[in-house]
Amino acid sequence: MSENNRKLPEAVETPSRFRNTIGKFVVKRNSRCISCGLCAELCPHGVHVRYENYAKGTRPVSHKCIGHECRDKDYYCISKCPQNALSLKINPLLETMGDYRWTAEMLLGHFAMAETGDLPHVNLEYNLGNSGGGFDKIRFRHPDPEKAIDMADEDIDTSIELNKTGDGRPERTISIPCYGGGMSYGSTALPVIIGRARAAKRLNTFTCTGEGGYPPEFLPYKDHVITQVATGLFGVREETIKYSPIVEFKYAQGAKPGLGGHLLGEKVTEAVAAMRETVVGSSLFSPFPFHSVYSVEDHKKHVDWMKEINNDVLVSVKVSTPTDVDMVAIGAYYAGAHIIHIDGSYGGTGAAPDIAKKNIAMPIEYAIPKVHNFLVNEGAREKITLIASGGIRNGFDVAKAIALGADGVVIGTADIVAVECVRCSNCESGRGCARGIASTDPELGYMTTEEYCEQRIVNMYLAWRKQWCTILRSLGMKSIRELVGRSDLLVHLDYLEEKERATYQPAPNHAMIL
Amino acid sequence: MPKKYHISTKPAPPRLYPVGRYATVEFREDCAGSCRECVKKKCVYNIFADNYLHMSQMDEPEYLYTCNSCFRCVQECTKGIFSRVINPEYRTLGDDYWTPAIISRTWYQAHTGSIPVSGAGYRGPFVGEGFDSIWTDMSEIVRPTRDGIHGREYINTMIELTRRPQGLRFNKDGSLKTEVPKILETPFPMLFQLHDQYGIEDECVRLSIAKAAHATGQLMFIKPSEITGELKNLVSCMVPSLELATWEKHKDLLATCKMVQIPYGPGLNEVVIALRAMNKDLAISVKTPLDDKAPLIAIEMADLGVDTVHFAASHQGKEVNVDNPKFLRDAIHAVHLALVDHGARLKVNLLFSGGIAMAEHVVKSIICGADGVVIDASLLLALECRLCGRCMDGLSCNGKLEEVDPEFGMTRIKNLMAAWRNQILEMLGAMGLREVRRLRGEVGRSMWFENLEKENFAPIFGERKVP
Repeated sequence: MSENNRKLPEAVETPSRFRNTIGKFVVKRNSRCISCGLCAELCPHGVHVRYENYAKGTRPVSHKCIGHECRDKDYYCISKCPQNALSLKINPLLETMGDYRWTAEMLLGHFAMAETGDLPHVNLEYNLGNSGGGFDKIRFRHPDPEKAIDMADEDIDTSIELNKTGDGRPERTISIPCYGGGMSYGSTALPVIIGRARAAKRLNTFTCTGEGGYPPEFLPYKDHVITQVATGLFGVREETIKYSPIVEFKYAQGAKPGLGGHLLGEKVTEAVAAMRETVVGSSLFSPFPFHSVYSVEDHKKHVDWMKEINNDVLVSVKVSTPTDVDMVAIGAYYAGAHIIHIDGSYGGTGAAPDIAKKNIAMPIEYAIPKVHNFLVNEGAREKITLIASGGIRNGFDVAKAIALGADGVVIGTADIVAVECVRCSNCESGRGCARGIASTDPELGYMTTEEYCEQRIVNMYLAWRKQWCTILRSLGMKSIRELVGRSDLLVHLDYLEEKERATYQPAPNHAMIL
Repeated sequence: MPKKYHISTKPAPPRLYPVGRYATVEFREDCAGSCRECVKKKCVYNIFADNYLHMSQMDEPEYLYTCNSCFRCVQECTKGIFSRVINPEYRTLGDDYWTPAIISRTWYQAHTGSIPVSGAGYRGPFVGEGFDSIWTDMSEIVRPTRDGIHGREYINTMIELTRRPQGLRFNKDGSLKTEVPKILETPFPMLFQLHDQYGIEDECVRLSIAKAAHATGQLMFIKPSEITGELKNLVSCMVPSLELATWEKHKDLLATCKMVQIPYGPGLNEVVIALRAMNKDLAISVKTPLDDKAPLIAIEMADLGVDTVHFAASHQGKEVNVDNPKFLRDAIHAVHLALVDHGARLKVNLLFSGGIAMAEHVVKSIICGADGVVIDASLLLALECRLCGRCMDGLSCNGKLEEVDPEFGMTRIKNLMAAWRNQILEMLGAMGLREVRRLRGEVGRSMWFENLEKENFAPIFGERKVP
């Protein structure tokens, strides 16, 4: 077992918080059922449950059903039922769920991973979205079977190094090539952000405070919490810099590049206002940009300031992806940053103008090779960690981003999808999220528990890790670090001749009503 | 502090129940009856306030305009009898270009005057046709006004519609020799016109638009025959669209207007000369369909000395009367570059109409080389039009446009324009620009799909095989 993987946690089955779990298929039991128990005996996936001391038929656990592909099996409950009491259909609800980037099946796939810690057994397309470009058109080249290695998951190294500068500050290794993106206290419920921190501790990685201060609940996990210093400087204090192994300067965010953070008035509750030292009910629009930074020299002053306050801290610089993102990255490097974090335009947010989310700055798929190659040509690539985020949705996206040139990625949306976000995009309004994720409302903000969030997130990453190990094995790699910048291992469907294109999984392409 | 331009907004809730995205499906035969846990009563957004009663009192199926899609009712119903579908009526809204999402977002903006803000990341396709293949730039540290959102009132969205002298000459005594025409400006780069296909011929529609133009300081293109009733009091904001053969009949009207529009066609030169002779300060706009001859016409018009050329694209933003029509993006850019190559871009202003459906289209049109745009269908949408096209067949209006109170209509259009203008400010602010005029033709402030692919993907993947 590799040294870096020793701390990997256990998966624990963590079912949905909601009574009716949404699945790809709907299995219905009608009143003809005589509760003979045959279906419960037959189904290997646990769709039918029968309790010995309960005579009536129970509602099938539809989301575990593998659907019509079961038809040829001798345990196909629909045809075996002596009373013809069971029916099976595709869930019509799916059409109203998800969007081009996070399709309904990708959401359901991640719910399943977060529940079990394993890849879904239902046939769901959770690796590809329906966006018709970028990651959804990029595939790993068919690997050379002779190169494949036989190695257990535990022996494959998925860790990455966050300090490559050799500046004498601590080396910080995370066991998975992902850490958590900033979600502030105020935008997101306390049990969720603390659950993320607990998951980060168990996975030996990090989570980030976002721009909302440092609730004391973070303290037990402080070695795994990044303090974000954003343009509004909300909740940034000397001690929170001192707690932190890493400080992240948020210059811009991919979902709203060129705009500061938005926290609309209704979400500024008493506790949030106290943490941010602001007025209850008053919308908080962070300024843009840092009013103390006009140049790379000013930026260096920022970096030096943090390094002076905390001698062990690493500095990450988060920027979005304008045309000159490569120049910005090299500037961050020369200013002494350990991590350059580029956030692409399709990234997540708690609130942003729709026009900014869609139009401003370039998608991360373009920015990664742009920055990677520029840093290579400048001779700086080996000395800085390149982290990508913004529209990286699943395990395969992570691997593709790394192959395009990133060392690792930052994940935000997938974490909250793991705790059953359906991306209904109402995080900004009113009391916030109706599902208790992006809300600090006294009622809604406590619909989840820290334990639930922690385990669901851990489970999802464990499932992703299985995917990474499969990819690495097939490529003959023992460490995910070998994959960095190996864009020669990728193909893009639109760049292939038709015949070759047909050998790869086609990009999902169906019309959606948004 | 000098007064800054501002469009005031006021909530203007829709007159008709809008077409929502979802409809409920309930399998009521399994309902537990008067369930204390009924998810309809517990809805966080309280959208079922009037509709959790007995089935006999319910609309079936129930169309949900305000449903926020949180799925809690679906997932928490104790009997699992609750489900949702896409509202079949919502599907039929608009067309491939004017999508249901665009239409309902336009309604929202006309209702609230707010820009659409939401949580979670972008939800749409990676890239699309035309404007959807452009991303705009931003700057990490440069701002036009270093005040975050609180300095946006300093960003100027005004455009000019008059020709500009190509240089100034002075008399010996230092006085100005060059004759400088009176400058005609509009406060934001979206002029108004009536749609030539959609929209019922009703005075209240025209009056709503004219009142909004008047209240915001904007201009509205209109035929003299359409200036009826109360509209006659608002001619100062109108640009009469005249015919070359009959323009002289409307000399009285022109005396009260700042700008006139005439079509491109034979005899145009003489009309321009006559108009100039009549009133040298009258701005002249020449309207012509956007086709493959547009660049040549633009050059011709610049040389002729008209103030503005107005190219009309199709309702879907494409060239008209052409076999393989280009989308506005490329068509605008071609016209702009032709003028630049001819050394005449500064002589003439360019307006484009047709297919301008969202605020981002305005910004992107200007990046491609337009000075401004002319909008039509969006104005109708603000009045609750559904773009169903029944009016084109002479049928009654689904949006009951003939019943619009012009005051209400004006408020809705003002709201929409305020929301659009604020979005333009967001994009200009992110780019670090203080003037919308500085953005004209600034393709360097944008990233085009084909260029991004070429720069970043071609070195990795080789040659692109799919156009």
